[in-house]
Amino acid sequence: MANDTDTGTPSTAVEPYAPSAGIAVVNDDAIPNPGFPPERPRVTDLDPAVEQQQERRVAAWFLLSIVGTVVAIVAYIVFPITPGDQGSVRLNNLFLGLGIALALLSIGLGAVHWSKSLMEGHDLVELRHGTRGSDATRAKAVEVFQLGNKESGFTRRKLIRNSLIGALVVSPLPAVMLFRDLAPAEDPVGLLKHTLWEEGTRLTKDPTGVPIRAADVTLGSVFHVIPENLAESEHPLEEKAKAAVLLMRLDPEQLQISAGREDWHYDGIVAYSKICTHVGCPVALYEQHTHHLLCPCHQSQFDITREAAVIFGPAKRPLPQLPITVDDEGYLVARSDFNEPVGPSFWERSL
Amino acid sequence: MTNPTRTARRTGRRHPLATVALIAVGLLGTGGAYALFTTSATAETTVAAAAQVDEGQKLFVANCATCHGLNLEGSTQGPTLIGVGAASVDFQVGSGRMPLAQTGPQAEVKPVQFTQEQVRAMAAYVASVSPGPAIPDEKYLTGEGNAAEGAELFRVNCAMCHNVAGAGGALTEGKFAPALNDVSAAHIYEAMVTGPQNMPVFNDMNITPEQKADIITYLKYIQEQPEPGGIGLGNLGPVSEGLFIWIFGLGAIVAITVWLTAKSN
Repeated sequence: MANDTDTGTPSTAVEPYAPSAGIAVVNDDAIPNPGFPPERPRVTDLDPAVEQQQERRVAAWFLLSIVGTVVAIVAYIVFPITPGDQGSVRLNNLFLGLGIALALLSIGLGAVHWSKSLMEGHDLVELRHGTRGSDATRAKAVEVFQLGNKESGFTRRKLIRNSLIGALVVSPLPAVMLFRDLAPAEDPVGLLKHTLWEEGTRLTKDPTGVPIRAADVTLGSVFHVIPENLAESEHPLEEKAKAAVLLMRLDPEQLQISAGREDWHYDGIVAYSKICTHVGCPVALYEQHTHHLLCPCHQSQFDITREAAVIFGPAKRPLPQLPITVDDEGYLVARSDFNEPVGPSFWERSL
Repeated sequence: MTNPTRTARRTGRRHPLATVALIAVGLLGTGGAYALFTTSATAETTVAAAAQVDEGQKLFVANCATCHGLNLEGSTQGPTLIGVGAASVDFQVGSGRMPLAQTGPQAEVKPVQFTQEQVRAMAAYVASVSPGPAIPDEKYLTGEGNAAEGAELFRVNCAMCHNVAGAGGALTEGKFAPALNDVSAAHIYEAMVTGPQNMPVFNDMNITPEQKADIITYLKYIQEQPEPGGIGLGNLGPVSEGLFIWIFGLGAIVAITVWLTAKSN
């Protein structure tokens, strides 16, 4: 319901603020409702010539919309999409879009301009109405439910009612079966704990798969490494996501090696998992002088001289190190798999 | 004493070793003459190279030695240049990074301070003191390699820092991987070989010269690509695109809302 109000006087239609007793503080010197500012006639209300002009202007917007529609149709014909030519796609999309945008926007702009300049311009207040239905409506609703119960016998015929409830409860079970199969068929914990690396697996270059000789890894070098048997594995992408390794050579004197890891590097060549221990992004932004590895996703930083210790960011654990050595021909090989699961944490992880 | 000679002349027979002697004289003559000419030729190039090295040494002493030491040994202000090679000098000085204007997280590109000849002279001097990676062969810089192979290598080895479109990206503590749009093919190659500043080294055993040529081809290829989607916004991905729509898209909505609710005259 809407109430027109007199201009310049405080609105009587708006009910004064009346808090219920006991739950609110009554503010005695509240600022009174100032009502509407005095209505100011628009130039179109006063001057018929301007009104005519504005009318033509609104019509012009709508005519421009027609022009836009025509432009869109013509553009679609004039700029066809040639397969393989990106430029033609661009021209087609550009002019088609411009035409449609002109057509739709002009309708909107014309309508707004119409309402602002020509339609009735006085202020009004629309009051909210209560959400509670009238007593009669509520009584009628109760009556409808009772009548339905009486006619169907829903509460009287317990066998039907209970079997219906049972059927409804059981009906989502096929969905449980379906969604259950979305989980890995195999226990994922075993898959997460092991990668393709094992004793004697050669370190090869990503993506060519060429094995890497220790002598080729010069100081300051960084190699992106995959295991040599990656291409033959059943799921190369999944395996690569776990087995990807970053290989760097540092001055052996700079490495701070903890007990038990003395033979995990070869003459300053170290290999670390490329999978961030935070949420599994590839950590590969290596700075050769600071020896810091930066994860681009959340800015975790690892210090390679201190066995990839976390020095900044949300990662909690150092990157797992791959123990390496060289074989008879001088190629770098893994001593074993990683000694801990790579990548982010999971519930069953013991470390 | 004269008798045997006279006998030999009379019989018309030469001494058995005469042929050998003749061949020896001939060989020595031509060999000597050849050696004479070639030594003079080598001497010329040696003189030219030596002049270049001398010129390079003068420039080095005047502009670089304060930090890098008179014998490239380095100082507390700058690293040693022993073993960096001509490629490193051509990259650092040729791209304007050196001489360093001020210390900071990393050397920034600025207008090149030397002519091409002066850069080459300094490179020759540094290479003459101790060998290192040389300035790359022109055949790897033509951009006529395999762009697809180059793209894969770039994604594996370079894109994590330099962005997949070569638009560059941030590193730690003010360091950054620069954009590769306007970098010359020679400088891209030299950067891979020498690993300037915090960039790791990608030697020829890691990425072969042919593969480096492929990467250069890929970078040239994406620079020549038109932007079918409209303005590239630096090809930085969702950050610059999101910022653009945040400012201009929401700005347009705010402007339209103000217009809609404003009272007409």
